[in-house]
Amino acid sequence: MTEGHQEAGGGDSFDLSQFYQIFFEEAGENLDLMEQMLLNLNLETADDEELNGIFRCAHSVKGGAATFGFADVAELTHQMESLLDRLRRHELQPNPMMVDVLLESADASRVLLARHQTGETSEPPSNADLVRRISELAAGGTPIPAAAPVAAPELAAPVQAPPAVPVPAPATVAAKPGSRQLEIRMGPLDRPDQVDGVKDLFRDIVGLGSVTEVASDRADTRVFHASTSSSNEDLLDLFAFHVSREQVNIREMDTAATSWSDRDDPPPGAPVAPAPGFGFFEGAPGVPNGAASAPVEATEARPAAAKAGATKPAPSQVTAQPEAATIRVAISKVDQLINLVGELVITQAMLAQNSQALDPAANQQLMAGLADLDRNTRDLQESVMSIRMIPMSIVFSRFPRMLRDLASKLGKKVEFVTQGEATELDKGLVEKITDPLTHLVRNSCDHGIEMPGDRLAAGKPETGTITLSAAHQGGSIVIEVRDDGRGLSREKILNKARERGLDVSDQMSDGDVWQLIFAPGFSTAEVVTDVSGRGVGMDVVKKNIAALNGTVEIDSSEGYGMRVSVRLPLTLAIMDGMSVGVGDEVYILPLSSVVESFQVKDDAVNTVAQGSRLVKVRDEYMPVIELEKVFQVPRYDASKSSDIMVVVEAEGSRVALLVDELLGQQQVVVKNLETNYRKVPNVSGATILGDGKVALILDTSTLVRRSRH
Amino acid sequence: MSETDESSKLVSGPREYLTFRLDQEEYGIDILKVQEIRGYEKPTRIANAPEFIKGVVNLRGTIVPIIDMRLKFSCAQAEYNSFTVVIILNLRNRIVGIVVDSVSDVMELAPENLKAAPDIDGSIDSSAVVGLGSVGERMLILLDIEKLMSGVDMGLVSVEA
Repeated sequence: MTEGHQEAGGGDSFDLSQFYQIFFEEAGENLDLMEQMLLNLNLETADDEELNGIFRCAHSVKGGAATFGFADVAELTHQMESLLDRLRRHELQPNPMMVDVLLESADASRVLLARHQTGETSEPPSNADLVRRISELAAGGTPIPAAAPVAAPELAAPVQAPPAVPVPAPATVAAKPGSRQLEIRMGPLDRPDQVDGVKDLFRDIVGLGSVTEVASDRADTRVFHASTSSSNEDLLDLFAFHVSREQVNIREMDTAATSWSDRDDPPPGAPVAPAPGFGFFEGAPGVPNGAASAPVEATEARPAAAKAGATKPAPSQVTAQPEAATIRVAISKVDQLINLVGELVITQAMLAQNSQALDPAANQQLMAGLADLDRNTRDLQESVMSIRMIPMSIVFSRFPRMLRDLASKLGKKVEFVTQGEATELDKGLVEKITDPLTHLVRNSCDHGIEMPGDRLAAGKPETGTITLSAAHQGGSIVIEVRDDGRGLSREKILNKARERGLDVSDQMSDGDVWQLIFAPGFSTAEVVTDVSGRGVGMDVVKKNIAALNGTVEIDSSEGYGMRVSVRLPLTLAIMDGMSVGVGDEVYILPLSSVVESFQVKDDAVNTVAQGSRLVKVRDEYMPVIELEKVFQVPRYDASKSSDIMVVVEAEGSRVALLVDELLGQQQVVVKNLETNYRKVPNVSGATILGDGKVALILDTSTLVRRSRH
Repeated sequence: MSETDESSKLVSGPREYLTFRLDQEEYGIDILKVQEIRGYEKPTRIANAPEFIKGVVNLRGTIVPIIDMRLKFSCAQAEYNSFTVVIILNLRNRIVGIVVDSVSDVMELAPENLKAAPDIDGSIDSSAVVGLGSVGERMLILLDIEKLMSGVDMGLVSVEA
């Protein structure tokens, strides 16, 4: 992440919402994990590992919340983090009070997160009191003096929760601290008796207050007078079991009856109650009492609470967690699935091949079954592969913000355009392509786009455009970074190359010249502009992309801009291959690198010095690589010979491979040779053919490189 | 860990060995290293590999290199017929197949039947021979197959540049 802290919805075209879901999932997991660890924490023997684990959970939630601009969550978790930090440094001794507070805070964070997730805009529950309690604990209050200030808020914070406090007051519920006199109108109602439960609510929920029904002026409306210290929000949440929010109208009655009663130290946070769902359960009868243990047990006590409040619907409706639409699965499991499907594909191909000799008429059912198997296997393979596929928008969406910052720093005007964000790519590739792409985009902005003044002088619009596009092309994905800046200067690159002692000539093709900037130590900054380069060089970009079996091409026109195309395989696990026969052996060529193939005529091949040969394809001469020689293929049948050329392209150069025959195209599952063996020259991997035999996959880039020497 | 296993081989209780024949000699390897025994099928040749590496085969989706021990041990002849067998070994998470003339049996050897190996001057690393076992009239050459296979001269492991 180059852009650290972001505001929610900050950048103009920057959409963070797609990350929200991930954050909510992660935060939920972290909070669950933290709760679990807190519950298992043995206070006397808490070891560093456990405390660090809890700290990490809080820290992750805080970091995410801050990034997405959920200030309330970040604030609360920040406090938790501070307390946990002191605990793990052994500056404080953990005590049950801390565990209670932390658990409560975790619950409160969950409520806050759920609110953000559902996009609720109403007044958030205040956690000021929780925050204060945490900071008191973090300040190092010893357990005994801390008991009083902690116990008091415990009464006040979840206002409806007196059972959790050592001051039991179930009988004297009427006048709670900060109680208000409310008139609650419910209606219009289809069935007026549906709100009978409201009275039960006030009866069952200790601390909620009292309610009396008064005569209503309308038949479909019922009116209650209530005395309660709960906020309207909490009441609405409670009533939601019986009547929808829209049908409830709460009005504060004009009375001076607000009694600041028995307690003379009403906590500041008292009038506004926190965490509706959470407080609800705290207050429910059936929750075991006892100040210290109540929150700890609250989680286990939930079903009991629900049972006790028989008039209330299941508790799940209170917290109303949006159901998870995704699951997080270990990559290793997905990979295993992909491997198994790969095996299935091979077996299926084997069956298909073996069945070809059978008489279709006599084995009609078998044939039909095999055809079904073929289709199902393909579908299954596609579905399984799609698990790993994620859209490019994940990568693209990080650039607008980065570019905006960079452009304003450089004093340039840049418009950023993306195309094909929906193009999907293997997750592993996405992770690895992000850095090289970032570098390319930065380069475009830094070196490509001119200053606004220069642009105007050159007759271009003041604002430069950087376009990032992704598209599928055959078995690969092509990602392009285009800009309409100054482009590369052929002359400067050649001069620079000469300075560096590279072997160049003025006759080199543009493509070859552009490839020079990929040479190690050949900074584009020195070549094209005076602005210093930053980060990795183009050679690293190229190396990273080559490591993914990808290629980089540059197209540039001085004064008009440049285009960098990155071509990547869609996935590393399966690729489209072309099988070629050499002697009795079969080799696989990556289809993405195959340009064309043709039968060679004798006069088209010229031998140059030391026996290396060149073939003329249209107007281009390219080196010939005889696979028979490279792989020392034994030739048993002297009457056959290689007379088919397959032109392959890699790293911007083309070579013609001489083979005996073209056998066909097929999807192949790429297997690693190095798992049990070792790297084999000119071979990138192996695959299993339909007949169960192993075929080697040629590494076209090393073959091309080989031809250069 | 496996090292202590190997060194304790001569002193601990009886152990089981899979014995196989190469030409006139009989060898034994720790049965726990053996994954399975298969018939020989023609592997896919790998260019520029040493002669004794016959190539790679597909073992239920895994690419497994096949080494002909007869070529490695410079046996007079190495024929491939229906009796030729491949012992699939599982060595430190690597799977390797070795071609032998035939598999004899599995036998248990008590420590008293084992003798330290004399210095052998042969085509293999003599440190890979852990000892000689005598079973009646027969003599078994006990191999530390893991050591043998991970040796540089086997060319199975890439030599880090």
